[in-house]
Amino acid sequence: MIYTLIIHNAPYQSATAGTALRFAKATLAAGHSIHRVFFYRDGVYTANTLTAPPRDEQNIPALWQQLAQEHQLDMVVCIAAAVRRGVLDEHEAKRYEKTAHNLAEGFELSGLGQLVEASIVSDRVVTFGGPQ
Amino acid sequence: MTLHILNTSPSDRTTFLSCRQALSDEDTLLLIEDGTYWALPLHRRELSHLSARVVVLAPDCQARGIGTDSLNEVDDAGFVALTVQHTRIVSWF
Repeated sequence: MIYTLIIHNAPYQSATAGTALRFAKATLAAGHSIHRVFFYRDGVYTANTLTAPPRDEQNIPALWQQLAQEHQLDMVVCIAAAVRRGVLDEHEAKRYEKTAHNLAEGFELSGLGQLVEASIVSDRVVTFGGPQ
Repeated sequence: MTLHILNTSPSDRTTFLSCRQALSDEDTLLLIEDGTYWALPLHRRELSHLSARVVVLAPDCQARGIGTDSLNEVDDAGFVALTVQHTRIVSWF
């Protein structure tokens, strides 16, 4: 089956970031494919390349990058949610006249259209929700 | 057949009640993350009143020291299997 995962939660905010990662690994291990992972709301913080957790903790952004690389996952970050939280790629940094950009490699800023397309293409869409 | 995924603890009763209202007999309720606290003896009675099948995510129970005796439990692979078995998936949070 084809899956899309939607992640609403920042890493280290709650258990959700870890659950989503475990679910993604289990999905791939079962032979399914993941069409897209869509990071929404506070989930956009997963794509912050400046994340620097203590060494004895899971580096959730790095683990996503690793999984994406191994399985050619399409990781899309909601652009509207990201820009207002200070997660910018080079293009957006220029547009908003910022001195730096911090979108981690392997992630792409894009719009909700990508979520709609993923929902149409996928057999299953699983949302990993976070605090309101 | 809908899979309902609940990740909020009993301290957030509103989310549980909203979820409960939406459950029908052939649905499955999967408790994950802090939602597994509903499996504590104190709250178990609420679950036994549900007509839907209740399943807990075992690794999340283990992480919180919650016993799963007499409850249906799945591991991560079982979680994926539940999403295959149900055509609709709703997350409550």
